[in-house]
Amino acid sequence: MTMTFESYRDVIEDREYPTVREWRDRTGGKVIGCFPVYAPVEVPYSLGMLPIGLFGGGNRVEIANADSRFQSFICSIVKSTLELGFIGKLDVLDGLMFHSICDPARNLASVMGRNFPQRPAVFVHLPQNFQSPLAAQYMATELRRAADELGAIAGRKARDEDLAAAIVAYDKVRELQRRLYALRSSSPERISTSELYTLSRLATLMDPKDVAPILEAALAGAIKRTERPKDRIRVVLAGSFCEQPPLELIESLEQAGCYIVDDDFLLGWRTQRHPIEVNGDPFLALGNAYVNDSHHLSPKHDLRKPRAAGLIESAKANRADAVIFLGAKFCEPGLFDYALYRKALETSSIPHLMLEFEEKMWLYDRIRSEVETFVESMLFAEAKAS
Amino acid sequence: MTPATTATPTKKPAADAKPAAPAIKYQGTVHELQKQLMSKYYADLTSIAEGGPGRSAQLLIAGNPVEVLRTFDMIPVFPEINALQLAVRKNSLPLIQKAEELGYSTDNCAYVKADIGMWENGGKTPFATIPKPDVLVCNYVGCNVYLNWFEHLAEKVGSPAINIDIPFMRTKDGQPAEGDVEYVVAQLKELVKLLEKVTGMPFDEDKFVKIVERSSRVGQLWSQIRDLTKKRPTPYDAYFDSVTMMAPLYCLRGTEEAVDFFERTLEEMTAKVERGEGALPDGEKFRIVIEGPPPWPFLRVFRDMFSRWGAVAVASTYATVGGIWEFGFHHDPAHPFESVAKHMIEANLCNRSMLQRYDQIWRYAQEWSADALVIHSVKSCRLFSAGQGDMREHFVHDRDLPTLLIESDLEDPRYFSQAQLRNRIDAFFEALEQRRITGGKAA
Ligand code: SF4
Ligand code: SF4
Repeated sequence: MTMTFESYRDVIEDREYPTVREWRDRTGGKVIGCFPVYAPVEVPYSLGMLPIGLFGGGNRVEIANADSRFQSFICSIVKSTLELGFIGKLDVLDGLMFHSICDPARNLASVMGRNFPQRPAVFVHLPQNFQSPLAAQYMATELRRAADELGAIAGRKARDEDLAAAIVAYDKVRELQRRLYALRSSSPERISTSELYTLSRLATLMDPKDVAPILEAALAGAIKRTERPKDRIRVVLAGSFCEQPPLELIESLEQAGCYIVDDDFLLGWRTQRHPIEVNGDPFLALGNAYVNDSHHLSPKHDLRKPRAAGLIESAKANRADAVIFLGAKFCEPGLFDYALYRKALETSSIPHLMLEFEEKMWLYDRIRSEVETFVESMLFAEAKAS
Repeated sequence: MTPATTATPTKKPAADAKPAAPAIKYQGTVHELQKQLMSKYYADLTSIAEGGPGRSAQLLIAGNPVEVLRTFDMIPVFPEINALQLAVRKNSLPLIQKAEELGYSTDNCAYVKADIGMWENGGKTPFATIPKPDVLVCNYVGCNVYLNWFEHLAEKVGSPAINIDIPFMRTKDGQPAEGDVEYVVAQLKELVKLLEKVTGMPFDEDKFVKIVERSSRVGQLWSQIRDLTKKRPTPYDAYFDSVTMMAPLYCLRGTEEAVDFFERTLEEMTAKVERGEGALPDGEKFRIVIEGPPPWPFLRVFRDMFSRWGAVAVASTYATVGGIWEFGFHHDPAHPFESVAKHMIEANLCNRSMLQRYDQIWRYAQEWSADALVIHSVKSCRLFSAGQGDMREHFVHDRDLPTLLIESDLEDPRYFSQAQLRNRIDAFFEALEQRRITGGKAA
């Protein structure tokens, strides 16, 4: 796996989007860039287009133009995504899809639309009244509307049977991801978080049909591994659902002595907890899945359940020793959550550490030593207790 | 756009000149009346907090559905107004810091932090004690922070909470999508059911219609008042003075007091127009549009930075956060639920896209004859600020409208740098003056 894994690493960092170009050349299909949280990817896919994750510029893109459009206090992913547009890296895309996840992302949709009128930006409003029996039906209507706008780009009309097939294709990928996550939780020595992350990220850049075999092979390979567990603490990580930290930062968390046993990296792209049931209207099935079975990330405000409950449940179910909140700098929804998480973690006596990152960071020493100190104190407390 | 040539060039204020603060009297009888109304409003809230009769509901400014709450005799409480009152009185910083100690970030909207700090103090403020609300109604009209705010409040104060989901204005034709109005009406009816439960009162449709009728009247009066700033000189400042009128517009809309207030305001402003009296005693030299919320902790100082140049706002986007009435929208008593829904979806700034905001500003620049645009970018409010650099690019390059972008905050005094702001503002008006003399472009 190592060799292949290295090439995947390059692919996910490469803003020439090699897997996407290869898919385009092979199929002649169109590509839709999706802002990464709760994108209803099945809809463009059902129209014969490839939805790909727009995760900003990572740490390889210098911001030269976008700074004059978005201020210093706006998160990096918004600015570097716009920068990708200015430097022509988004030319591989035929359209964009944004959703109502936060105020900067919403305004970015407008700014993109004005600066790049040749590339239509479809905006999806995600429902927020989860107590209402109308929410799922509203979502279905909204997705049909988005399908019409996307259909204009694709040059064809949405059909229920195509959407049902798209749901099956993505469900397969998500199911494999759930199994990989379960394996990492039960035996974290068998698959590292940086490997798992790389695979998940790859899934945002490929046709589900093409990426599924890669995930299957990775799962089979990981199951066979016979590494011995290291003396590390088990950690649940939260806060990185939208802007992504550099892969090197994820590696340094592991090297600092953590087994990450659950995380929300790219969770907005693998948001369903269970396979989506389609009985009849597939748009309604997607609506129901979002309203009743998707992970409760920062941009979703479901008053039926306290926000921190999911994090505490995950920490308990994954037998975590601690929680690390790894939030994107200037990510307002994520940072709001921290206040609620902190209170709940303290009430449940779960130790935690709060860290902030930016996608374009280069130096990880400070974070690494903070994590090392945290891990040491935990291991010391554990040793003293036993 | 070519600047108007009727005004004479301003005498440049000496660099070390003190702002003419004590000399300028901004207040009129409208301000006095507003103060009285708001004191009574806050006294009523304090009385509820102290165990007196009555009920309150918390909701948010953008496209607020006060009409529904008023039908159940609930006093609407807007946490933004509480937060800004705290800021104006210079009470916000310790409360913000208290919230930060609880884990809120320096990058979170400071309105929310001041409010959380206020609840840590049991709702006590120098102007009122805010009662624990009987219900939290999060009218999610554009601002995603609203959702965070009420989610946190629901945990903190423990009142029953509901989100009213308002679909964003997202279609290509700039209209609500098919089914949006019906979706919101259905949710408003769900809200009615919740309020029946909370208050034990049955919904009184006739009363609702009457309240919507009064809102309609208030909206019409308000749009007439907004129209008066098209006059030269403008009788009042559409940014700094509009905020005086916004509290009654939101807290009291739907009541007789509000109708009376706006009738008297229209009268006073019309009389000013007839007398040829402007907002500034020394005359109006530059007509500007201001975009973005004001820096509440330094409102007076900020205003003086413009007044000393004879610059007066003839329109502002901030005044349309709660509703845009000046382009023809009014509540419709014949379709009360639908019109409340339309107000929430399309007739307010917050639920409209950035590009619709650009159009709104351009309309102001043209129809209200403005010389320039001033963008006050606030760190707290990303709804307003995210992307304002693009707005500046648009107005400078596509519209040739002189545009100034300055930064501070609406609630957190730590982000207000007086000397820096003043330098930027002075340089801008100096250039504008130059442009007027030469007929060329601003530097
Ligand atoms: S990182 Fe946070 S603030 Fe930035 S776009 Fe994503 S959700 Fe919005
Ligand atoms: S982000 Fe802006 S609109 Fe939203 S609550 Fe804060 S100040 Fe108000």
